[in-house]
Amino acid sequence: MAIFRNPFDHRFRLSSKGCSCGQHGSEAEHAAAAADGLAASSDETLRLRRSVENAVMRALFPVDEQRRNFLKVVGASTAYAAINTLFPIAAATDVLAQGAPLEKKDLKVGFIPITCATPIIMAAPMGFYSKQGLNVEVIKTAGWAVIRDKTLNKEYDAAHMLSPMPLAISMGVGSNAIPYTMPAVENINGQAITLAMKHKDKRDPKSWKGFKFAVPFDYSMHNYLLRYYLAEAGLDPDTDVQIRSVPPPEMVANLRADNIDGFLAPDPVNQRAVFDGVGFIHMLSKEIWDGHPCCAFAASKEFVTTYPNTYSALLKAIIEATAFATKTENRKQIAEAIAPPNYLNQPVTVVEQVLTGTYADGLGQIKRDAKRIDFDPFPWESFAVWILTQMKRWGQIKGDVDYAGVAKQVFLATDATRLMKEAGLTPPTTTTKTFSVMGKVFDPAKPEEYIASFPIKRI
Amino acid sequence: MRQTSLRLRAGIVSLGILLIFGLAWHLAVSGSGPTQQMDPEYAKLMGQTAVQGKSAMPGPLDVLVKIWSHLKEPFYDRGPNDKGIGIQLAYSIGRVLLGYGLAMLVALPLGFLIGMSPLMARALDPFIQIMKPVSPLAWMPLALYTIKDSSISSIFVIFICSLWPMLINTAFGVSSVRKEWLNVARTLEVGPFRRAFTVILPAAAPTIVTGMRISIGIAWLVIVAAEMLVGGTGIGYFVWNEWNNLSITNVITSILVIGLVGMILDQALARVARAVSFPE
Repeated sequence: MAIFRNPFDHRFRLSSKGCSCGQHGSEAEHAAAAADGLAASSDETLRLRRSVENAVMRALFPVDEQRRNFLKVVGASTAYAAINTLFPIAAATDVLAQGAPLEKKDLKVGFIPITCATPIIMAAPMGFYSKQGLNVEVIKTAGWAVIRDKTLNKEYDAAHMLSPMPLAISMGVGSNAIPYTMPAVENINGQAITLAMKHKDKRDPKSWKGFKFAVPFDYSMHNYLLRYYLAEAGLDPDTDVQIRSVPPPEMVANLRADNIDGFLAPDPVNQRAVFDGVGFIHMLSKEIWDGHPCCAFAASKEFVTTYPNTYSALLKAIIEATAFATKTENRKQIAEAIAPPNYLNQPVTVVEQVLTGTYADGLGQIKRDAKRIDFDPFPWESFAVWILTQMKRWGQIKGDVDYAGVAKQVFLATDATRLMKEAGLTPPTTTTKTFSVMGKVFDPAKPEEYIASFPIKRI
Repeated sequence: MRQTSLRLRAGIVSLGILLIFGLAWHLAVSGSGPTQQMDPEYAKLMGQTAVQGKSAMPGPLDVLVKIWSHLKEPFYDRGPNDKGIGIQLAYSIGRVLLGYGLAMLVALPLGFLIGMSPLMARALDPFIQIMKPVSPLAWMPLALYTIKDSSISSIFVIFICSLWPMLINTAFGVSSVRKEWLNVARTLEVGPFRRAFTVILPAAAPTIVTGMRISIGIAWLVIVAAEMLVGGTGIGYFVWNEWNNLSITNVITSILVIGLVGMILDQALARVARAVSFPE
């Protein structure tokens, strides 16, 4: 291909007659002769640079003879240097490599040190951000409220959030209403109910009356799943037990101090409680709802519209990281990348047990469940509808809710579809699906009937 | 002679207390609790606390080793969330000095005004009385919301907490300058500015510096809590990050470091206080 030839070589012809170097009758003959030539180069950046250089040289020397004479006289390196001062070839190559120019390259992305944030975190040490030409600093943050405030303040360009948070922020529940978007789910499953060791004989939730539980945040899947699980066992989560919101890092300390009886928390908190002999894993959240979303990658609508190319590159990096994390054979490598103090700050074995799904349950058994945590970026709109039904069920939102409308506005399924295709994943063809939670089927088309069907609710 | 020996004896007693405390600590945590029989494959997945019944509390030797490792490399920088303890301290001290400096710029002139004018003293009194007992951290959400920058917010919190002791002490010091001295100044027809700087300021200086000393103490207390709250950088964030990892060794290390820096700040102002004090 002539376009990938070195245009600073006077022996090559840039026009398409005969072969590119002029020594052979046709391009095919030339290719056979120059198997080790640039035509065989598989290096993508070199190819990109060649095509930029070619465009520049063709523009400067419309007649190819002139170019070849010029190069013969001054030499290739002098010519390259002279032309590079007129036209920054390297910069132009960068731009081409990224598709469209990035409006902003230095980004700050906030995260909470839990394994749900795996794609966001691993994309930094494993180079998924830099591959998109982004310079992303991932900043560890103390809690969900702080991450919300720092994102609303624009200290962070985008952040790791709990998937109900962008919905809550967009509707102005628990904060000022600011249009928010959630273009990708980070992980599915990956949470667990952990109980203190002293309760190891109380495995039936009906015997949990009077327990004190911790969840990471009021607007979290953890809260809704725990409430759902308790209510299915006949306990009223508001009157029969106490549920408080405790930042994940403080949960194990509180469990050890006997301040709480258990928690439904993200990992590595559950596994850390087991690791330190403080608690045992009662059940994985996967057993409540297999494939439930948990955390999400979120950005303000303003960021999405002001920096469309940056947003697209960032989302692409996250989706590619997610695709990498989906493969179980990569999980050990990821655990090593995200366990150090700069990221999760946990012993590697704890993170590894979470990601590989081969784990100690705290009661002396080794369990194996490769889907303990999984990664699937697609933001199903029906997930949003389910979350909204639970918000309404527990009185966090009141009155009429435009379920489908809010879901469509916040969960950006179309962007995810496009970028998932580019990352080599197969996105689903629809944006809603039915699923069942503890055996009860949820139909996203009938949210109100779904809420009405529960005996325990706050409406 | 007698004083030296007293100092020496006090030093010996201090050392003795430290040794006894260290020994008691060491003994208290060194025993291993009941260990259960575990499958070795299962044991590999568990921590030492669970497997060997090792106490979750580190011993004094663990802490010493940790301190040494921090001293060997205080300024490393391995990314935005993992910096050496020296860098974290520098961030915290920087924030404290900034907030404290700003508070000084406001509190000293305002304190002078309040101290010299009984009218202003009465007029501002209700505001000061209401604002003074508010915990500085209570300002944090408001600061985050209005300033929209977490680092400046923590500086603001330091500013607000160091303001009141300085303001009140300055006002008190200025208003209680002895009447005779002011009268002498008046008879000698000293101008108001000269009177403020050559008579009132030296006379009120010991009280003002006492206020400043209280303020720096409070500021250093508050910065740790503020940084634990907003995260990012600073010694408070360091404590939070290590707590997150349940690394009690590091938490104890930082407690010692925080105490040490607080003492140095306090001693610095104690020196200033000695320099400005005068016998009456």
